Amino acid sequence: MANDAHAHAQSPALRVQFDTETQQKDASTLGMWLFLVTEVMFFGGMFLVYTVYRHAYPGIFAIASSSLNVYIGAANTIVLLCSSFTMVLAVRAAQLGQRQAIILFLILTLVLGGVFLGVKAYEWNEKFQEHHIPGSSFHFEGMQPDEQAHAQLFFSLYFAMTGLHALHMVIGVGVLLFLIRQAQKGKYSAEYMTPVDIGGLYWHFVDIIWIFLYPLLYLIDRHLKG
Amino acid sequence: MSEHIDSVRTYALVFAALITLTVVTTAVAFVDLGPFSVVVALAIAVCKALLVALFFMHVRYSTGLTRLVVLGGLLWLLILLVLTMSDILTRSWVGVPGR
Repeated sequence: MANDAHAHAQSPALRVQFDTETQQKDASTLGMWLFLVTEVMFFGGMFLVYTVYRHAYPGIFAIASSSLNVYIGAANTIVLLCSSFTMVLAVRAAQLGQRQAIILFLILTLVLGGVFLGVKAYEWNEKFQEHHIPGSSFHFEGMQPDEQAHAQLFFSLYFAMTGLHALHMVIGVGVLLFLIRQAQKGKYSAEYMTPVDIGGLYWHFVDIIWIFLYPLLYLIDRHLKG
Repeated sequence: MSEHIDSVRTYALVFAALITLTVVTTAVAFVDLGPFSVVVALAIAVCKALLVALFFMHVRYSTGLTRLVVLGGLLWLLILLVLTMSDILTRSWVGVPGR
C-alpha cells in the first residue's frame, strides 16, 4: 500500500484502480486489441462472402477485377503504408516525449489519410461514369445478362468492402484530429501517451485490412488481360 | 516507463520491406501462375500484415495476455472461414441441393 501511494503521488496520470503505469498501459492495450479482434470478425464476414462468390464465379470476378485501375490501387496502397510509417513515428515521438514531433507526424498521417480518401473518391466516381455501380443502370461491356448479374456481385462486394474500409478511415481521421488537438495542448508526454499509442493501433489495423483488400479486389488474374 | 522503443532505422527497414512487397505482389499478378497466383498474393499479404502487427503495432513487445487475444481472434476467423468453405466446397461431392 505504501508503494501504491508512492506510485500515485509520482505520476498524476495514474488512475486509482491501477497499481503501476505499466499495468494501466497494458490494460489499455489489451482493451484496444479486444476491440480490434471484434473488427477482425466484422471484416471477416465480408471476406467470407467474397471467398464464397469468387469460388462460385472465378472467371467473371477476374474480368471485373481487371477493370479496376491497378496502378491507382498500388499507389494508394503505398500512400496508406506511408501513413502507417508516419503514425509509428508519431507514437515513437510520444514515447520519447518529443511534443513538436508528435504533432508533426500526426499531421503528416492525417494528410496521407486524406490523400487516400481523395483517391478512393476519384475511383468511385469513375465507377459511376462507367456504369459499374450495382443497380438498375449497371452495365459491364461484353457480358451476357447472367454474367452481368455475377459482375454486379463483384462490384457490390467492391463497394461494400472499400466503403466499410473508407468509413474506418474517416473515423481514423477524426481520431487523428482529436490527437492533434490534445497534443497541441501539451497533454502527451513520455509518461502519458496512451491515446497516441491506442490511436496508432487503430490506424495500423485499418492499414492491415487494406493490405488484404488490395490483392483480393485489384489483382485477380491480371495476366488474363495482358 | 520501461517500454521498449524501436529505432527509426528499424521502422524504416520495415517500411521499405512493406513497399517492396507491394511492388512485388503487383508485378506477380501479371504473371500466369495458374491457381498459385491467389496463394502467392495471400502469402505476401500475410507477410505484410505480420510486419505491421509485429513492428508497427508492437505485438513483439506486448504482454502474453494481449498476444493470446490476438491469436484467439485469428483462430475464430479461421473457424469462420474453414468451416464455411468446407461446407461450400464439398456440397457438390454428395449432391446436396443448393449448389
